[in-house]
Parts: sequence; C-alpha cells; structure tokens
Amino acid sequence: MGVRKALTGNHAISYAVKLVRPEVIAAYPITPQTSIVEKLSEMVESGELDSKMIRVESEHSALAACYGAALAGARAFTATSSQGLLYMHEVVHWVSRARIPMVMAIVSRTINAPWNIWPDHSDFMDQRDAGWIMAYAMDNQEALDLTVQAFKIGEDPEVYLPVMVGIEGFILGHTTMPVEIPDEELVREWLGPRRQPYVVDGGSPIGVGGLTMPEETEDIFHGIQESMEAAKKVVERVDKEYGRLFGRSYGGLTQCYRCEDADYIAVAMGAWSGDLMEAVNTLRDQGYRIGVVRIRFYRPFPHEEIWRYAGRAKGVIVFDRSISFGGWGPIFTDLVTGLAAYTDKLPALSNIVTGIAGVNITSEDFERLVKRFVEAVEKGGKPVFFEWFKKR
Amino acid sequence: MSQPRPKPPIPYNMRDALLPGDAACSGCPIPMGWKTVHAALGGKVIYVIPACCSSVVVGTSPGHSLNATVVHVPFAAAASVASGIAEALEKRGVTDVHVVAWAGDGGTGDIGLATLSGAVERNNNMIYIMYDNEAYMNTGIQRSSSTPKGAWTTTTPVAGKAEQKKDVAKTMIAHNIPYVATASIAYPHDFYSKLQRAKSIKGFKFIHLHAPCPVGWRFEPQYTVKMARLAVETGLWVLYEYQNGKITLSGPSRPYMDPSKRKPIEEYIKMQGRFRNITQEVLDEVRKSVELNWEWVRKFM
Amino acid sequence: MSLEVVSPVHGKLPITKPLKGVAGKTGLWRTERPVVDNGKCTRCFTCETYCPVNVIRVEPETGVSIDLDYCKGCGVCAEVCPVKAISMVPETG
Repeated sequence: MGVRKALTGNHAISYAVKLVRPEVIAAYPITPQTSIVEKLSEMVESGELDSKMIRVESEHSALAACYGAALAGARAFTATSSQGLLYMHEVVHWVSRARIPMVMAIVSRTINAPWNIWPDHSDFMDQRDAGWIMAYAMDNQEALDLTVQAFKIGEDPEVYLPVMVGIEGFILGHTTMPVEIPDEELVREWLGPRRQPYVVDGGSPIGVGGLTMPEETEDIFHGIQESMEAAKKVVERVDKEYGRLFGRSYGGLTQCYRCEDADYIAVAMGAWSGDLMEAVNTLRDQGYRIGVVRIRFYRPFPHEEIWRYAGRAKGVIVFDRSISFGGWGPIFTDLVTGLAAYTDKLPALSNIVTGIAGVNITSEDFERLVKRFVEAVEKGGKPVFFEWFKKR
Repeated sequence: MSQPRPKPPIPYNMRDALLPGDAACSGCPIPMGWKTVHAALGGKVIYVIPACCSSVVVGTSPGHSLNATVVHVPFAAAASVASGIAEALEKRGVTDVHVVAWAGDGGTGDIGLATLSGAVERNNNMIYIMYDNEAYMNTGIQRSSSTPKGAWTTTTPVAGKAEQKKDVAKTMIAHNIPYVATASIAYPHDFYSKLQRAKSIKGFKFIHLHAPCPVGWRFEPQYTVKMARLAVETGLWVLYEYQNGKITLSGPSRPYMDPSKRKPIEEYIKMQGRFRNITQEVLDEVRKSVELNWEWVRKFM
Repeated sequence: MSLEVVSPVHGKLPITKPLKGVAGKTGLWRTERPVVDNGKCTRCFTCETYCPVNVIRVEPETGVSIDLDYCKGCGVCAEVCPVKAISMVPETG
C-alpha cells in the first residue's frame, strides 16, 4: 500500500517520474506544465531524485536531449504543452521513427495564435500521426499510473515506441486530488531493466538514422504500424499487471462505464469524461440506457473495443475537445472509420466539438446534449451529424 | 638494441578512420578532418551529425563510411542531442567514449545557434567541431551566415553576399567556455594537438575548422589543401586557441602577425570562382577586415 | 541500472554498420589517375595524411601504394607532394 498525498496533476506526474527514476530529464517550462519542471528540479536538487536534469534552452532541445539520452541507454522523460510541443514536433517524429522508447507528459493547452493558456486537446491531437503511443488521463491518480506504465509499455520489444501521457492543463494539472503513490521499490522491480532495440554507448560502431532508400525506409515505417497493432495487447497486459500489483486497473485501451447494456454510447477522452459519466448517471435515473466509452489510449486507436461496446448500439455520440479544421473532431473521425471496418450498417452518429480553448463544459451541458441526441434517434429522425457547440 | 621508434599518430592512427568508397565529392575536406579526429580521439567516438554534407558523405544504408558511431540528428539539434548523450553516458558510468558534435556552418551558426548557445551555457561535456565550408553546400551551395562577403552562392547569385562572415568562434569566446580553437584541414598536426588538448578538458570545447569546398568555392579539387593553406598564409584565417581569457596564437599563424609576411589576399581570392565578380571595393574591405581581426587577436594575447 | 539490448519483434531498424564502398567503387568516378615515382618519393607521408578517401599507404621500404578501386582522382596527393613524385595522368581504363 502506497502513500496517499493530495497532489495536483502536475505533481502526480512528477511523483510518477520520481518512482521511475529516469537517468535523464530534460524539460523547458511552459504554462501550464511549469510546476512539473519546478517540482522535478526541486526533487533532483534536494537529492530526493537521483536523475540528471538538463535545463535546456528550448523544447526542441528538450526532446532532442531526451532522444540522445535514450539512445545512449538512459530512461528519459520530458513534459510540455501547446507551443512547446509544436516547437519540438520534428523531433517527436524523429524519436518514434528511430524506435527509441521514452516518455513525455503533455499538459494540454490550446494552440495559438492568439495567446491562450487554457485547455483543449489540440496540442495532443496535433501529434497523432507521429507514431507515439498516446494515452490520456481522467484524473490525477490515472495520470500518475499512466506515466509509470508508459515506461513499461514503450520498452516492450513488441512495441519499442515512445509514449505520451496527456492531462488537461489547469483542470487536472493545477487541481489537487487525492493520489496514492505506489511503493518505489515495487515499481522499479516491476519495470525491470530498460530494454531498447539498439544502443549508442561505445560498443561496436553503429550508425543511426543514415540515408536510406525508399523500400527500406518503407519497411522501417511499416514496422511502426505493426508495433502499434501489437501494442494493444501490451497495454492490456500492463494494465492487468499493474492492477494486480498496485490495486488499480482501468480496463485497457478504453474504460467502459455502464456501457455493457447500453442502447446509446457516449464517447469522450480526458477529465470531462467524469462530467459525462455524471450526466449519464442522471440520464440513467431518468430511464435512458446510456453508457460511456472513455478513450484512454488514442493511439493505437481502440476500434475493436469500440465495435465491441458500440456495435449493437442504436446511436453513438462523440465529444471532441479539438477540431481538425476543415474536417471533424479527430476521435469521431477515427471512430467512424473504425466502425466502417466492421459493418456497413452504422448506428446513428453525432459529433459534438466543444470546450475548445478552455471553454468550460459541465455535466449539465453533457446531459442536455446527450438527451437531445437520444431523443432525436428515438423519434426516428436524424440527429445532428456534426455540431461545434459553443457554450455562451 | 635501441627501442623501435613509436609510430606517429599521423598518419598511422588515421589508417582505420575511414572505409574507402564514401559519397564525398572529389577532393572534399570533410574526410580529411575525420582522419585527424580519429587519430586524436581513437576508437570510441560518437559523432553527432545534423543535416549537412557529412550526413550524405557517410553513404547509404546498410553501411556508413566512418569507422565510428554516427548519430544522425535533425538540423538544429546537434548540440542538444550530444548533450543528452553526454549526460546519459556520465550517469551510466560510461567514461571511455568521446562525444563529438560534427556539424557544418549552417547547422551551427544559423539554424542551430540557439541550441549551440544552450549547450555551451550549460557547459555540457563534448567536443563540438564546426567544419566551415562557408555555405549550405549539401543542398547545393546556398549562402549561410558563414559565407564571406562578396562570394557567389545560388542565393547570392548576382552581386555576391552583401553581409560579412559571422564569426562563431568569437561568439563561443564571448560565452567563456573552457576551450575554443580555430583549425584548418591543411594543418592536421595543429588540429591534432588542439584535439588532444580539448579531450583532456571536461566541459564544452569548440573547434572552428576551415574546410574549403572545391565544388562550392569553384576551384579544382586538387587544390583543397592549398586553398586552406593560403587562407592562413594571407592572414585571413587565424589559427589560435582560447583558454581562460587568453588567446594563444598557433605556430602556423605566428609569421602572419606581421602584415608584411602575409601573402596578398588576391592570391587566395583569385583562385576561387565564387569571387569572380568581387568588386575592388569589397576586396579592399576584405583586406581591412583581415587586419581588424588581427588587432582583435592581439588584444587577447 | 542495467540495460538490455533486445531486437524488436516488429519492423526493421534505421541503423547501419561501418562498410567499405558505401557509394560503390568510387574509382569509377575519376577522369585522372595518380602515378607515383617511388624513386623520387621521400616517404614523408604527406600524401597519405591528406588523401580524402584514405586509399594511400606509404611504407618505408616500398613507398606509395594507392587503391585504385576507390581513388577518386582528386589530385590532392599530387598537389601536396613536396617533391612532385606523384603526377596525374588521364584515366583511359
């Protein structure tokens, strides 16, 4: 049994890093991630955390330094948000395409211009094609647990991909919740020694990332896609092992909340999933058979599970906290594509893009939107396919 | 029987530096530089190479021509990846490996300048060698901040570069790092001794290596070494070391402290097609800047 | 903390090994070939030091040998030789 502390999301992630004790941390402060860098600096300087902290001068250098450290055999960690994540974007691709495991926390903040420090999922989603395993937490406990698990998942030879763990800035990042910190020795024993596909540390000479012809390059990239597929089982196994050892299991790639006997499924990712679950409780009391499928891992996308939970449903409503301009919400797009892999008789579908740039969405809003959707389907009509719901 | 004379590192320790058959242009100075680095630093070197000619010179998968570890990195990231490698190796107790960032003038003085300054200010442990062929050669001879005034490049094709050459070594001196040196591929023994000194220091060491490019500067490939020598003999390229606030002039440059000993600048300029359209005005400016640079060197000596 | 290097289950890796001839037999590039007069050669090692393809070997007994499979014919060796023991001749082969 671990120690219980009242921690902000940022500090929960910091304590997860302390448990893992990566050899190298390289991070650059950006609102709303700053307290991670500050907490880790404090832990390192006080001797509480025996890691090397590289106080880099930019996010691009933060991820580049982590890449170098990870190449050289170290566990490496960084954290960032928004503009910082975008600044390191070319390195985000570089790390996954080099198949080097490491972990990064994303404390979500919308993308600018204009300046805006409040949360939505746009910075996280902007990385979705890069080949990183992408997970998102609903509360601070899960943030800690996911950060620890990220090292285990990424270093599995079936996977060998870097992992990013997201939380919303301020909503989780700066909000205090009770968090249990597992036992450090037990965590390290479970993680075991670091594994990676090759290392740069003075052994026989090796070249990394040199000029490669098209066919060979394609093989390398295809390997990422195959590893993404294999990662699904690894995520599930890690979730179960963690449950056995530390007492918390979340369900794998997704969390099913009252969805087993649901006629209607609502899909969401992140902290507001909790508000959605509250709305669903209220609607259940009113007689609606609704459930929530919470996306925990966005990459690899859990289309099998969505089919399993939502295949029989009369309707699926997807809440996206980001938009692909000119298209739809990314979760909705992937979900519908995933369903089409299994059937040509799709359930009624609706995409609500909302809560953008930090607009606050409550469980009452969810209640109203879900109810409107269900009633539209029940009446035999077509629910709104896509709406950017602007709460004013 | 007397002891057999020990084999000198140049050229004996150069022999296993490179595997023949690389993709460098005929007469390229880059492999010349590598041979000296290998002679000085030995077998366990991790080269961190950003986008530049060297990225391609080492050849195509499944092989590379340098007999060492080569880590290819994004254009601006040589100093930052090298920082990460250095810190990780130290943390893991691996102490017998040299981390060498080997980058061109573009990746160092232009796109990579902020990254460089960051690693320098943190005093991360590495030898950073900026080999200077004075343009973005790998992408086809576009101007960089290191291109000298008046030089033709594909992005300064009519009047030649209007701005003067950025002096990155001076920028490093301003950061007050443990060791800064200038070197030239024409003086491998001088470069070798600078590497020997650098490798014994912990922290950030910077070497600015002059590397004339036959293709980009428009001269016959046989003259690569001669061109680099002329740069020193005209006093244009000064070989020095900077440590603890003082500059030590290197042997090969000592004669040229005296302006009357310097070869006329025209000898260097006229041999290069890239200066074909240089105006008399710019030529006079170049001559003046050579003497101004020597004044600066003398101040720190 | 120990480290285990384990091959990936899926996919090829973007790694290379030191290899000779990565750009093929670069001797095919040249239009001129170095010819050495080992009688004139003083075994000063200058040509070997500067050769950018690392194909020159100077041995005290035998003098200069050049691996013509990879020599690009740049002419640096001929230019730096202090006694002009190397000359560049048109490549006809």
